[in-house]
Amino acid sequence: MSVVTPPARTPYGRARLIALGRTTKPIREASGIARGMLWAGAAITLFFVVLAVFAPLISPYAFNQYKSGGVRFPQLGHPSAAHWMGTTVQSSDVMARVIYGAQTELKVVVIALVMALTTGVPLGLISGYFGGALDRVLVLIMDALFAFPYLLIAIVIAFLLSSSSIGQGVLTAAIAITAAYVPLYFRVVRNHVISVREEPYVDAARALGARPRTVIRKYVFFNVVQNVPPIATLNAADAILLLAALGFLGYGIQPTQGAEWGYDINRAVSDAASGIWWTGLFPGLAIVLLVTGLTLVGEGLSETLNPVLRRRRFGRIEFDPLAPERPE
Amino acid sequence: MTGTSLRTYLLTRIGLVLPMVFILLTVVFLLMRVAPGNPIQASLGGHVPAPVIKQIEHRLGFDKPLLTQYGNYLWDIVRGNFGTTITDNRPLSQIIKQNGAATLELTFFAMLIAIAVGVVIGLLAGRFRDTSIDVFGRLFGIVTYATPVFFLGLLAQLVFGVWLGWLPISDQASPVTQALLKTHTNILFVDAIIDGNGGALWDVTKHLILPATTLGLATAGIFIRLIRVNVIRTLRDDYIEAARARGIVERRVVFSHAFKNALVPVITVIGLNLALLLGGAVLTETTFNWPGIGHELVLYLENRDYAAVQGIIIVFALVVVAVSVLVDFLNAYVDPRIRY
Repeated sequence: MSVVTPPARTPYGRARLIALGRTTKPIREASGIARGMLWAGAAITLFFVVLAVFAPLISPYAFNQYKSGGVRFPQLGHPSAAHWMGTTVQSSDVMARVIYGAQTELKVVVIALVMALTTGVPLGLISGYFGGALDRVLVLIMDALFAFPYLLIAIVIAFLLSSSSIGQGVLTAAIAITAAYVPLYFRVVRNHVISVREEPYVDAARALGARPRTVIRKYVFFNVVQNVPPIATLNAADAILLLAALGFLGYGIQPTQGAEWGYDINRAVSDAASGIWWTGLFPGLAIVLLVTGLTLVGEGLSETLNPVLRRRRFGRIEFDPLAPERPE
Repeated sequence: MTGTSLRTYLLTRIGLVLPMVFILLTVVFLLMRVAPGNPIQASLGGHVPAPVIKQIEHRLGFDKPLLTQYGNYLWDIVRGNFGTTITDNRPLSQIIKQNGAATLELTFFAMLIAIAVGVVIGLLAGRFRDTSIDVFGRLFGIVTYATPVFFLGLLAQLVFGVWLGWLPISDQASPVTQALLKTHTNILFVDAIIDGNGGALWDVTKHLILPATTLGLATAGIFIRLIRVNVIRTLRDDYIEAARARGIVERRVVFSHAFKNALVPVITVIGLNLALLLGGAVLTETTFNWPGIGHELVLYLENRDYAAVQGIIIVFALVVVAVSVLVDFLNAYVDPRIRY
């Protein structure tokens, strides 16, 4: 008979749980505006995630559908009962495009962030930990790229990839966005590694004969990676703007592959001159809302995690959670 | 004594920037040359006979070994020759002079608007931290950041151009003005002033309002955020406490002690903001059909003109680097602690 011990009961699991509690503590203790920002942002973001995941169930039509039951939708039709947000010049339903757009944005941004993190963080770790010539060269390159308008980096990469065999699409857009953000993660991680590298516990690990790999993995990584969530959240917001900008300039997603808000706004600019507002307004509002949501989460996170700006709801009294419990 | 140390600082700074320029140029070269496909064929379309392609390749030096090309490329840039476009055989220097002037006009006024909006809202939000003013200011900052500049432009076109009919929604000036205005600087706003042509100046200003405000608002967020945090930090400083202890009126403490110091970093942010502004200019120019260098870049990208794209990107890179040096220099001039 095997006894399964619940992990939370074991001392190690308990310590881990408490450690987790301690990490999230600033979030729970966040007060006033920071708290409101965090929750409002989380709610907005969640709303769009739900839209993206359940798009086929929520959306009345497909993103590229222009007729239903053999009847073509009106061209540039006003918002109506059948089309709440009106129709575009190609007769597709604006609301369907807005809902499916959430799917595209999320897909691209998630891929781009994962790629930017998996490139920028290890590069920063290695460059910061080992230093030397490699570090100097990497810093020079990354700093040069960092100073450059990242929209232009993304445009150039998207331009070059779109004429290669990869063509235009989710992957091209994601790679273009990745290229724009790698320098940021590299800088943040590298600079932090440099200060962590000199900490006594890292010295101790080295003195005990740990290999560089082990030191980086077990001691440096977890101390550095804490900075990443607020940056990554703000970055996700930025990435959505960047994808929309690429789409607006015609380097985003091909219209046949998915709905993309920036591309729709590009089409809407010519509609606007004749006073047609619905083709541009709704995709635009979707961008504003989602970016606002993610920014609120990111700002709320950095405000609650940054000790300089943090304001707590409670006093600073802390009991050591690992101390022996007092009898009830 | 101050002069020499400032000069040393400037020289060091320029010395440090040269490798950065070199790396940027190398990255651009590698990207453009290593890119798959034949750039000349791509920019001329599929139906050009092989000898013509060979001829253009020869003219652009594409038939030489890569290292020679790289050397020529760097040497050309050092001499200030940024090349010629493939599709319409236009020298880059002409693009810089004509379209660059339009971009300069747009970004200059956008920057003014961004600073004005950012300073006012940032100071207020920081001074009245955690009040409704602060909440409003921060929400304003977040929403202007979250609004893509081309969407803001679209809304501005709809409301002020189409519905209210107050302002033109595209181009840099009306055709009549463009035809009549004499060219001095290529910056229409300045040209109109030089000519003393009031009608043209009004026309140019009217065309400028929507694009400049759009781009300015879209880039004001970074000023708001930074100035707010600075005011909060400054108000906590010891010397503010000391000023209060000396019995100086609170209004004076806030205005002449806190705000002044909170505004010093604005110079730095102008430099940081420039990259954002240039990226935004590409989008704003495209939205408003503004004949700037960013709009030109988008057109050449569509035509797959590698030479033009390469030249314009290099121009952007040099501008960014030059401004960052200028900003550092100004900072060192204002704040002697920065010099080393």
